[in-house]
Amino acid sequence: MAKLTINEDACKGCSLCIQVCPKHILELNREKLNAKGYHPIGIINMDECIGCASCARMCPDVVFTVER
Amino acid sequence: MAKKLMKGSEAIGEAAIQAGCRFFFGYPITPQNEIPEYMSRRLPQEGGVFLQAESEVAAINMVYGAGGSGARVMTSSSSPGISLKQEGISYIACAEIPCLICNMMRVGPGLGGIQPAQGDYFQATKGGGHGDYHLVVLAPSTVQEAANMVMEGFDIADTYRIPVMLLGDGMIGQIMEPVEFADYKKRELPPKTWAATGWDDKTRERAVINSLYIEPEQMKVVSERLLKRYALIKERETQVELYNTEDADYIIAAYGTTARIAKSAINKARQMGIKVGLIRPKTVWPFPDEAFSKAADTAKAFITIEMSTGQMVEDVRLAVNGKKPVEFFGTLGGFVPSTEDILEQIIKLKEAHE
Amino acid sequence: MAVVFEKTKMLTDVPFHYCPGCTHGIAHRLVAEAVEELGMQDKAIGIAPVGCAVFAYNYFNCDMMEAAHGRAPAVATGIKRVHPDKLVFSYQGDGDLASIGTAEIVHAAARGEKVTTIFINNAIYGMTGGQMAPTSLEGQVTTTSPYGRKREHCGLPIRMSELIATLDGACYVERVSLHDVPNIIKAKNAIKKAMKYQMEGKGFTFIEVLSTCPTNWGKTPVEALKWLKENMIPYYPLGVVKEEV
Repeated sequence: MAKLTINEDACKGCSLCIQVCPKHILELNREKLNAKGYHPIGIINMDECIGCASCARMCPDVVFTVER
Repeated sequence: MAKKLMKGSEAIGEAAIQAGCRFFFGYPITPQNEIPEYMSRRLPQEGGVFLQAESEVAAINMVYGAGGSGARVMTSSSSPGISLKQEGISYIACAEIPCLICNMMRVGPGLGGIQPAQGDYFQATKGGGHGDYHLVVLAPSTVQEAANMVMEGFDIADTYRIPVMLLGDGMIGQIMEPVEFADYKKRELPPKTWAATGWDDKTRERAVINSLYIEPEQMKVVSERLLKRYALIKERETQVELYNTEDADYIIAAYGTTARIAKSAINKARQMGIKVGLIRPKTVWPFPDEAFSKAADTAKAFITIEMSTGQMVEDVRLAVNGKKPVEFFGTLGGFVPSTEDILEQIIKLKEAHE
Repeated sequence: MAVVFEKTKMLTDVPFHYCPGCTHGIAHRLVAEAVEELGMQDKAIGIAPVGCAVFAYNYFNCDMMEAAHGRAPAVATGIKRVHPDKLVFSYQGDGDLASIGTAEIVHAAARGEKVTTIFINNAIYGMTGGQMAPTSLEGQVTTTSPYGRKREHCGLPIRMSELIATLDGACYVERVSLHDVPNIIKAKNAIKKAMKYQMEGKGFTFIEVLSTCPTNWGKTPVEALKWLKENMIPYYPLGVVKEEV
């Protein structure tokens, strides 16, 4: 049981988090543009998140808050 | 404290210590090595820090760090070394960090020589480094005055958050004269709440010591602030000595060592019946325009005497503003003018403009 | 549920200006977290360089100074001599530290200044648009080495950590990398250890951080991490270069 919160407006869509997520539950949200003009990162399936915080540690823009 | 016979350079060092300066960063260069040497002996005795930097460039940036974190700090050098410091001085001016920079001028350009000269006037008063800025530039003509100016210079620096330069020549640094340190009365100074000292006091803003303003609007605000401050400094801090000018037909303009020799020549000329006086800028920036402009109403002609090819003469001409002729006499190569040299110039000036 | 990761208060709310995927942001966070975890937020004074990290003073939530290009170690020296009880760190890139500022970094290390230098090595000049750095690899194409860096023409890249480690004043030198999560965790531990040694008065501490510059390398952020791992690490080996405390 874990919870991931995303500060969408800080995201630059670099996708570094996607490749370090062991559960493959992160994906750019192509439907959306944030204030900076990027497709922000989104969560496909929150239920699968294990709260490992790999995404948060890899993120250059401190987009994630992780609870577990 | 009683009067003590001291070398100019050592008096400068002692004056700094008396004024509460506890940090000195420098690099050896002739003819000012006695300043860092003196500080390396004295500062540890006072619980201060003397550090010989790896270069003048590093030294001025150590001054940036120490001054930016609130310390009363100084550096000293001579002409080629001052050139190396100019980048740092420009940053210090923009970041509004108070400090004292001492230049014991030697002859140039290039490596030049180690004899006294006044060839760094333009560099000191017109900027020196890049960008729009000024230093307050104090030009002593005796050892006592050098000591007083060091002490006052620190206070001016702290009052206006501006780098102050003591512009001496090799002569002022090397000469020995009696000096005392009794007269220093520290000004009331604003607290350095802007300094980067670690943000434990959250009642103040987070301190950022910086000279980067990438937005033109922000840079403009900084430049306008500096401009206002320079105007205030000009109004309040301009210093000039008038010597025998009340009835003078002829006026010598000179600063530093040249001015004291000019005084001897004026005394001799007065004995010969020539009414000649001296206007000696003690601050060469801000320049005492008014003293010259006023004298131009009554005097017949001016001559500027410098150990250079002619630098301050431009400011004298701007101040006299065409009202009267302004001649120039300069000694080159590191030669100091003699009383006779100057007397000869006075006589020539009289003959040309009687 | 408990919070296992949140943004450190040692970073301000100002969003980083860095390009997407640039690892400067990770390095900033690690430095900030290290300061916070050591409880030194109120006693830290940081120095920003000239280069991409020039605006670092906007991001670190402590007193900051902006130094001239390459002069951060001299500025750090000035601060630390006035405030020996404060945590003083400089954050410099490879052009700043390994080119124009070599004299300052070498002498700060030689004197054993009790400061911590974070050295970001991304093998290129980022801010000015991708010119060759002293750390650019042999053969690396940049805007000023369009035919690739050639040894006969401008020598081989400088290994700053090994150079600094030769100086007696340097007590702790480690090279870390930001190309994956385990290495990011190691990098933070190294930075924290360096700051701890500084506060214990052990000497000069230097952490070289291998970083990416996707924009000027002409790669996606993910490709850039791979390029770092495959090309930089063989030339710039990771690990403790010196730890004599």
